[in-house]
Amino acid sequence: MSTTTYREAVRTALRDVLEREPRAFLMGEDVGRYGGCYACSKGLLDEFGPARVRDTPLSEAAFVGAGIGAALGGMLPIVEIMTVNFSLLALDQIVNNAATIRHMSGGQFSIPLVIRMATGAGRQVAAQHSHSLEGWYAHVPGIRVVAPATLADARGMLWTALADPDPVVIFEHAMLYSLEGELPENAGAVDIDRAAVRRPGRDVTVIAYSASLYKALEAAAQLAEEQIEAEGIDLRSLRPLDDATIMASVRKTRRAIVVDEGWRSGSLAAELSARIMEQAFYDLDAPVGRVCTEEVPIPYPKHLEDAALPQPEKIVAAVKALFGAHG
Amino acid sequence: MPSLGADMEAGTLVEWLKKPGERVVRGDIIAVVETQKGAIEIEVFEPGTIETFLAEPGQKLAVGTVMALIRGEGERAAAAVVTPVLPAREPALPGAPARAKAAPLVLPLPPAGAVHASPAARRRATELDVDLAKLRGSGPGGAITLADVEGSAIAGTAGPREAMREVIGAAMARSKREIPHYYLGDTIDLEPALQWLEAENLKRPVPERMLYSVLLLKAVALALHGFPEFNGFWIDDGFRPSARVHLGVAVSLRQGGLIAPAIHDADRLALPELMAALRDLVRRARSGGLRSSELSDPTITVTSLGEQGTESLFPVIYPPQVAIVGFGMVVERPWVVAGAVVPRRLVSSSLAADHRVSDGHRGARFLSAVGRLLQEPHTL
Repeated sequence: MSTTTYREAVRTALRDVLEREPRAFLMGEDVGRYGGCYACSKGLLDEFGPARVRDTPLSEAAFVGAGIGAALGGMLPIVEIMTVNFSLLALDQIVNNAATIRHMSGGQFSIPLVIRMATGAGRQVAAQHSHSLEGWYAHVPGIRVVAPATLADARGMLWTALADPDPVVIFEHAMLYSLEGELPENAGAVDIDRAAVRRPGRDVTVIAYSASLYKALEAAAQLAEEQIEAEGIDLRSLRPLDDATIMASVRKTRRAIVVDEGWRSGSLAAELSARIMEQAFYDLDAPVGRVCTEEVPIPYPKHLEDAALPQPEKIVAAVKALFGAHG
Repeated sequence: MPSLGADMEAGTLVEWLKKPGERVVRGDIIAVVETQKGAIEIEVFEPGTIETFLAEPGQKLAVGTVMALIRGEGERAAAAVVTPVLPAREPALPGAPARAKAAPLVLPLPPAGAVHASPAARRRATELDVDLAKLRGSGPGGAITLADVEGSAIAGTAGPREAMREVIGAAMARSKREIPHYYLGDTIDLEPALQWLEAENLKRPVPERMLYSVLLLKAVALALHGFPEFNGFWIDDGFRPSARVHLGVAVSLRQGGLIAPAIHDADRLALPELMAALRDLVRRARSGGLRSSELSDPTITVTSLGEQGTESLFPVIYPPQVAIVGFGMVVERPWVVAGAVVPRRLVSSSLAADHRVSDGHRGARFLSAVGRLLQEPHTL
C-alpha cells in the first residue's frame, strides 16, 4: 500500500495504458505541454512523446470527432475534455456519431473510444463551470458511462473502459482529484459493470456516485450515532445501472435515498427512483427520497453554492423523514 | 348463497323450484345449486311469501350473496329491490390479493387509502392475515410499516392482548386451513442427557448453568442437517428449504398469548452460547425488544411445555414454516433398560409436519434422529 491521490491514480492509469497498449494515445486541450488542466497527464508528453500525447486546438467538436475517426481506424483513443461544461460543444459527435455508428452500420464498425472529463461543482467557479450532467450522458444508449469515486476505480476503470468495443465516458469529479488514500502497489483493472456497497447497513439504502458518495458516507456516520444504520451504495456505472445490487439492498433495508449532484427534474435520481418503484415496490416501507442539487444555476458565493448542492445534513434529514416519530 | 362446505367460495344457481308470489314454509326446497361437490338443494328456513328472485339460473354467486327476498308473515312488502347481485369473484385490487378470497364480499370495500400503510407492510399483513386497520403506524406520516405489522403481536397498540390473540388466531386458522398436517410421536429416554447435564452444571457457576431445554433445541437443530425438508418455508406453492437453521422457540407470555422468535443459526451455537441466546430471547420476548428478523425468519419451531405441562402435545405449524417439534413435560416412569424395569426420566417428542413437503416415513426418521442425539449429550 502507498498513500497517493485520485489525480495520481488517474495519471498512473494513463501511463499504464500508454505503456502496455501501442494503439492507445491521449489527446485533448492542454494535455501535453501544460500537463492537463487538472495535471492528470503531467510528465506524460516527455515520457511518451507528441505522437502519443497530443495537444489539440480549442474545439471540442473537432477533437472528439477526430477521436471517433481514430477509433474507427483501429486506434484506441483516450480523449480528455477539460470539463463536462465544454463537452456540450461535442454532444453532437458523442450522441449522433459515437453512440450510433455500431447500430447504424449493422455492427460493422465499433468505436472503442474513451472520453474522460471532469465534472461537478464545489469550487466557486460559478454556473458555467459547475455543471453535473452525467445524467444526460447516462440517458443515451450506445455509450457506457462510469463515475469512479475511489482511488482504486480511478486507477482501474480506464483499462477496462478502453477494452470495451464501444464508447465509454468517464466522469472524474473535480473535487476528487486531491482526495488522498491508500492504493495497493499492484492495483490494476477493475470491472465497470457493478455498483459497490461501500458501507453495509440494515435500515436505509443511500445510493450515490462520484463525489456525492463521500457526502453520503458522512451522513451515514452521523446517522449511525442515532442508531440508524445506512447502507451506502456507490453506483460506479451510471449506464448501465446495476439494478441487481441496488434492489438487493433496498429489499433488505426497505427504504432508499438517492443522492445526485444533478438537478432533480429528469435526473439520474429520478431514473433510480422509478426503477426501485418498478422492481421493489412491495418491499418499500417509505417513498423513495431524493437529495439533488437545487434547481438553480450553481451560484458563485460559497454559502449559496453550498446551499444549492447536496450536503450530508440534507441527506441525514432526508433519511430521517423516511422514519416516523420513532426514528 | 349458503356456504355448503368450509372451502366453498361460490355456487352456480341451476334452477328455481318455486315462483315469486308462492308461499313457502321451513324445509321447502326452493332452488338447486351446483357446487364443486355436485348439485345441492337449497332449503327455506323462514316461512313467508317469495317476493323476488335476485339471481337467475346460470349465474355464479359468491357465498353470502342474497339470492331471493322472502316476505315474512305480516311483514310489509319491500319498497324496492336494491341488493345487487355481486360477482362471484371480487375485482382484483392492487395490493389486496389472496386474503380477501376467504371472506365473501357482501359489503362494499372501504374507500381506497383509508389505511395508510407501506407496500411492504401491506404484503406482510396479507401473509400474516393481520388487519391493518387495527394497527397504529410508526412510519412517516403515521404510516404502518413492516415492523409495525410484524411487531403487532407484541407492540403496545390498543388492546395488545386482543391483537395478539387475533394474530395467533389468524396464523393458526391459516395453518389449519392450508397445511395438511401429519403428526408423529415418540418417547425419549432423557436420563443420559439429564445426568450429563447435572454433572456439567456442577462445574459451572450458578448463573452459567444450563437448562435441559437447550439440549432439546440443539438436538433438533443438528438433526435438521440430515432432514432439510423440515427446515424452510412454503411460499408461492413451493417449498424453499433454508440452508441455515433459525430455530423458532415458543415462549409463553405472562400476560397471555405466545410468540415464537428465532434463535439464529442455532445449529452452530455451542451449548453455553445457545443457553445465553435462549435466556436473552425469552427476556426480550417478555419485555419487548424483539427484532423483526427474529419474528419473521424462524425456519422451524420448537415448543416445549416444560414442568407445568402435560406428557405430550400435538403442535400446530406456524406458516410459512413446514414443521414444528414439540416436547412434553419430563416425567419419571418405569422403563425397561437391558431387561430390567428401572425408573427413568422420559420426555415425549412429537412432530407436526407439512404433507406437501414430506411424508411420515421421513418424519419418523427425523424424530428418531433427535432422540438418538439426546442419548449422546456430550456430542451436542
